[in-house]
Amino acid sequence: MCCPGCLAVATLIEQQGLARFYEFRTVPSARPKDHAAAASPWAVCDRPEVAARLAPRAAEGRNELRCRVDGVTCAACIWLLERGVRGIEGVTDVGVNPLSGETTVQFDPQRTRPSEILGTIASFGFEPRPALLGGADHGHSEAQRAELKRLAVAGLGSAQVMTLAAALYIGGFEHMEAAYASFFALASMVVATPVVLYSGAPIFASAWRDLRGGRLGMDVPVALALVIALGASLVNALRGSGHVYFDSATMFLFFLVLGRFLESRARRRAGGVFDALADLRPLSTTRRRGDSLERIGTIELAAGDLVVVAPGEAVPADGELTSEHGAFDESLLSGESLGRLRARGEAVLGGSVNAGRAPAEIRVTRLGADSYLERVGNLLQRALADRPAFLRVADRWATWFVVALLAITAAAGAFWLSTAPDRAFEVVLSLLVVTCPCALSLAAPAAFAVALGTLARRGLLLSSARVLERLGDVTTWMFDKTGTLSEGRIVVGRVDTLAALDAESCLALAAALEASNEHPIARALRAGGPITAATDVDYQPGYGVTGTIDGRRYRLGSARHVGALGSDDSQCVYLADGQELLARIELTDTLRPRAREALAALEARGYALLLVSGDTLGAVSRAAGALGVKEWHATQRPEDKLALLEARQRSGAVVAAVGDGINDAPLLAQADVSVALVAGSQLAQASADIVFTGDDLRVLARLPDWAAATRRIVRQNLAWAAVYNLAAVPLAAAGLIAPWMAAIGMSLSSLVVVGNALRLTRRLTDDARVPTVSAPHPAREQTA
Amino acid sequence: MSILFALIPLAIALLGLAIWAFFWAVRAGQFDDLDTPAVRILLDDEEARDA
Repeated sequence: MCCPGCLAVATLIEQQGLARFYEFRTVPSARPKDHAAAASPWAVCDRPEVAARLAPRAAEGRNELRCRVDGVTCAACIWLLERGVRGIEGVTDVGVNPLSGETTVQFDPQRTRPSEILGTIASFGFEPRPALLGGADHGHSEAQRAELKRLAVAGLGSAQVMTLAAALYIGGFEHMEAAYASFFALASMVVATPVVLYSGAPIFASAWRDLRGGRLGMDVPVALALVIALGASLVNALRGSGHVYFDSATMFLFFLVLGRFLESRARRRAGGVFDALADLRPLSTTRRRGDSLERIGTIELAAGDLVVVAPGEAVPADGELTSEHGAFDESLLSGESLGRLRARGEAVLGGSVNAGRAPAEIRVTRLGADSYLERVGNLLQRALADRPAFLRVADRWATWFVVALLAITAAAGAFWLSTAPDRAFEVVLSLLVVTCPCALSLAAPAAFAVALGTLARRGLLLSSARVLERLGDVTTWMFDKTGTLSEGRIVVGRVDTLAALDAESCLALAAALEASNEHPIARALRAGGPITAATDVDYQPGYGVTGTIDGRRYRLGSARHVGALGSDDSQCVYLADGQELLARIELTDTLRPRAREALAALEARGYALLLVSGDTLGAVSRAAGALGVKEWHATQRPEDKLALLEARQRSGAVVAAVGDGINDAPLLAQADVSVALVAGSQLAQASADIVFTGDDLRVLARLPDWAAATRRIVRQNLAWAAVYNLAAVPLAAAGLIAPWMAAIGMSLSSLVVVGNALRLTRRLTDDARVPTVSAPHPAREQTA
Repeated sequence: MSILFALIPLAIALLGLAIWAFFWAVRAGQFDDLDTPAVRILLDDEEARDA
């Protein structure tokens, strides 16, 4: 034990019987915040207006509080959370969803309060995120369950229908009695019809939506194939003669549903736009009315209200500054790691953090739909909804395929009707079945389903398999610096001593001056160890700090602040005493391990590399030098990044962008392929095609190879399906293929395609050069 | 081979039963959390002392 305090805490944990937490946790949990300092931040949740939204009445004498809890990483967390909350007097039930962290607490409002529940959760080191501001999506677990049920029904049903179909095929050679044949057909019908109608319902619905909107979407040919296969089989089964294709229909459906299931799981993992936006705004704020200050919930704010934002607190809504001046950290919004100065009357963005030392007073101007955050969210959603330019191309092909197929079938049908009317039905059926785009439509989904699952195990979560196709066209990789190639954590770099005092003493002085400041630079300077705080500290936001240590007055900050000459690079601070400059302290952002190797690997493959950052010239040029990147752009605002990207795209480049911050979100939405890092903001993740949960960027550098391997398999499959169809269509149109032969041919061609796709598993895991999982929840990703 | 006329409907009935059971399990939240129950079973003696 390091101190009596720790001993006391450990004893307490032991006495409470909570020690087992450490036996069962598999991932270290998030560090608890200092809760003694903040006088219950949750008290505001007890205000009637807030409580009514947060914890509505569920039944007589029982309210239900719902919130998301961040920091839930493993089984031990959930155990601790449930046990801790259940221990509160008046709580009747607790449920935690380990995937989303969504927590539901039932309690008796007479015996406990929302603030106590939230406070307890926070005291265990988790972060409760009450769903007050954003539309937290409580319906998604319901959707997930529905998908799981559809998948199971399609899987079980197709297995059953396949066994019946096998009997029918063998019976076809062994001259099965007609009574048995029609019995088997009827049995398949009984199973397949409800399976197709139930599991295929979303596909039919979406195809219907497309048709009603006058479009021939992706789902139209798929739905048509299902309807034709099912309809023809129904007719034949009820007629008691001719072949049935229930097996093809159900198997086709199963693979479709499986692919979609994997895709939507990956997407859900990436998180929602609204959650991310809601997280930026504080739960409560201080409102000033005349001379009285009142702590209120942010949802109670109205335009025109005056709010007082304490240092370190987030600004609740867009507004204008009414104090003399203030410094605001917009790093989450704009990517700049250092504070931004604002004077009276200037606009302040909701979600930025007061980085100054004094409380800032702000008049709220815009709320809700008008606010900056909300508009960024809307912009993003539009960009996301707008993107599927690539999908439209694929759709056009599908449309042509279906149109051509129907034209050929109609022509063949007309021909046979005029020459041999009694065989016309059989030929049309053979033709439809043999061309039923089974192998063709399985060719891509089967390979993608395998690739999605395998890549997820390597920490790459793809929102859609089509990303793999687009990756093949990429010519340029664009990287953000802070948080992407670097760890986004400022540390003290080189210290140039300019006077007699050595570097260590200089750092100690700097740490003492910044002892009670929460600015990122101050935190970096304090990282050295225990310090004695300076006295009489005067803080000037955006410039520096002045304080007294051992009777001497010291200044720390920008060159201007200490009265030095020299470039005012915000990546270094100067320390001076009354007479002379003592030191120049460089602040750097540590680069991710392996980032250099990853970039070198990408460059070796012939990609153009581009480093764009909102950071200062000095910082970016240093990072570019260390990483070996030749082209870089510094001080880029989100708009500049977007403009740069668009210019590249106009000149013909296909750009993959990698980023992490909210400021990267528009960039990611516009890029042809986008990758977000999981440590970054949820907004960035929501707008990205790929979420990378690992730490080793070399995995990312291998992605083009894996995408190429997947595309190769898809191409082989497509080639096979095309050859098969080209050979089969003329034969079927000529009446040389009986429907049962068509069905066997189709099933076999589908099996070839699926078998080929399974080879991908080995291709994508056989690569010993790159470590496998570094994902935070590896086990969770694999269990469906 | 007439036994098939009985066995196949039986197989279909069993399939229906399996799907019903699966639906019940999904509805009851059996698939919501696939990680913690494996560990939770080791903790029950503590709960008992509490109650």
